[in-house]
Amino acid sequence: MKTTKQLEKIANQIRQDIINMLLTAGSGHSAGPLGMADVFTALYLGGIAKLDSKKKNDPARDRVVLSNAHICPVLYATLAHAGFIPHKQLKTLRKLGSPLQGHSNNHYNNGIETCGGPLGQGISQAIGMALASRMNRRGTSDVKRATKVSYHTWCLMSDGELDEGQCWEAFMLAGKMDLRELTVFVDRNNIQIDGPTEDIMPLENLADKFKAFNWFVIEVDGHNIREILDAMKKAQSMAANPTVIICHTIPGKGVDFMENKYEWHGKPPNKEEAKIALHELRTLNGKITSEHQ
Amino acid sequence: MKQVPLNPYVLYKTVEKIPTRNGYGDALLELGETNPDVVVLTADLAESTRAQKFGETYPERFIECGVAEQNMMGVAAGLALSGKIPFVSSYAVFSPGRSWDQLRVSVCYGKANVKIAGAHTGVSVGPDGATHQALEDIAITRVLPDIIVCAPCDAEETRKCTLAAAKHKGPVYFRFAREKTPVITTNKTPFEFGKAYVCREGYDVTLIACGPLLHEALLAAEELAKQHIEAEVINSHTIKPLDGKTIQTSLKKTLCAVTIEEHQTTGGLHGAVAEFCAQNYPVPIEPIGMPNHFGESGEPDELITKYGMRAKDIVKAAKKVLKRK
Repeated sequence: MKTTKQLEKIANQIRQDIINMLLTAGSGHSAGPLGMADVFTALYLGGIAKLDSKKKNDPARDRVVLSNAHICPVLYATLAHAGFIPHKQLKTLRKLGSPLQGHSNNHYNNGIETCGGPLGQGISQAIGMALASRMNRRGTSDVKRATKVSYHTWCLMSDGELDEGQCWEAFMLAGKMDLRELTVFVDRNNIQIDGPTEDIMPLENLADKFKAFNWFVIEVDGHNIREILDAMKKAQSMAANPTVIICHTIPGKGVDFMENKYEWHGKPPNKEEAKIALHELRTLNGKITSEHQ
Repeated sequence: MKQVPLNPYVLYKTVEKIPTRNGYGDALLELGETNPDVVVLTADLAESTRAQKFGETYPERFIECGVAEQNMMGVAAGLALSGKIPFVSSYAVFSPGRSWDQLRVSVCYGKANVKIAGAHTGVSVGPDGATHQALEDIAITRVLPDIIVCAPCDAEETRKCTLAAAKHKGPVYFRFAREKTPVITTNKTPFEFGKAYVCREGYDVTLIACGPLLHEALLAAEELAKQHIEAEVINSHTIKPLDGKTIQTSLKKTLCAVTIEEHQTTGGLHGAVAEFCAQNYPVPIEPIGMPNHFGESGEPDELITKYGMRAKDIVKAAKKVLKRK
């Protein structure tokens, strides 16, 4: 079991990996991946979700579905730290023949469960996985051999993604089915490609919307790993409802000139910017004088 | 190529008629009993897609998604990726019509073992009108990599197609009609995805059909025979992968073809046959189907007649294509 301090350090390394990957790739998204580094660290390395690179094909493993797959650099970097993919593979992001496609896919048996990209699709797939777990656990009256293979499904979504109608179709179904086998993280970073979410398509009051759909809502500081882990524990112990953890995050977190700037949603840093970003991450924005790797 | 056994009464006026979708409902019940992994989903169309009985018999393996086809397709992908064999049941205009992006990414690109049953295809849907008459579903599914696309000709073949879909690993799209249509095949007629078969042997012209219009093709062949033209009739129930071998063997004898489908004449069976022939064995081909047009309200029989999908239209097309040889 890793301490919160250790997890925070890993999250920082993941942010550095993200900057390096994007620099090498020359294209991709910066703000979202940096903003979600703490959530991904908590999810894969926090010791609550059943995710083990040595058991990546275990039918009883927890399922992770990245619905807003454009933030996949953070997924790839986290998978490297969790032992699912070799760390040196990270520099192949978006290159011809690389398993690290521009949007994550499930063709490589590397712990990635689904294909994502077009927004709104992951949440439906996550519901299907959670329902399969329920069928396995409960068995069905007509089937004598219940498999009892059950697991929890964790789905990661962005706030801009919630503009897609499919999300709300899915939230209705999960609410109707009392799908306690499912937890959704919403990256509430308030930006999308064209600008602030509340200008493009207002989402508030988001928590009330989920509650009205029969979801249990937890709001957390998406950069506080302790809070995220506590919320995950709570979500797993739900008796009836699906849970949404609304993670209030800062897009571009950790890199001063990227933080809260929607312009950084969809572009990578250039060489100079990457240098400044890495320096900032290594010194925790000037808080420490000796750069750590 | 030997002709296969068919219903001996197929050319009689009194031939038994059953809606193809009934074959789907029967097969689902059969699968429910034999395969615990089979799950059925619907989007508020359980009764008319014939999924209802499965739902009543196996409620824990039946998911009513409400009128939300996009979510339904995605949920099916998630179930499939967790080892289930989901059958997605709706009208073809909605699924895959409305859920095509989900079919493309969540199902096909994601290699999810999902079966998509598209009901109410063709103008023969009738009074509901153009919005509900799927005439583009073969085109939009056939273009996706690695999916099987099938249009069974009658209830019995739909039953076999459904059972075969459950056995096949990978996405399968298959379509039904709404109306009662003639029973053409028997339980002895062979069925395998990607294997067309000869229903009637001939050497002057090849009639390549899919779906219930195969019956009109058989009637047309009978009429042509009276006029001393021997037509070979092929049931190409699987449009993707197309059975080029069976088609080419026939074309080597006849050197011309008519394609027959209740679908737009672009992108469907005609498109598939034309693509195959252009690359492998160029011969003149005439299409029977919907000629770049939307349907409309009316009785199914009236619509089939109005849009030129009757045996007499096939006879005309056959004579036209014979002249182009």
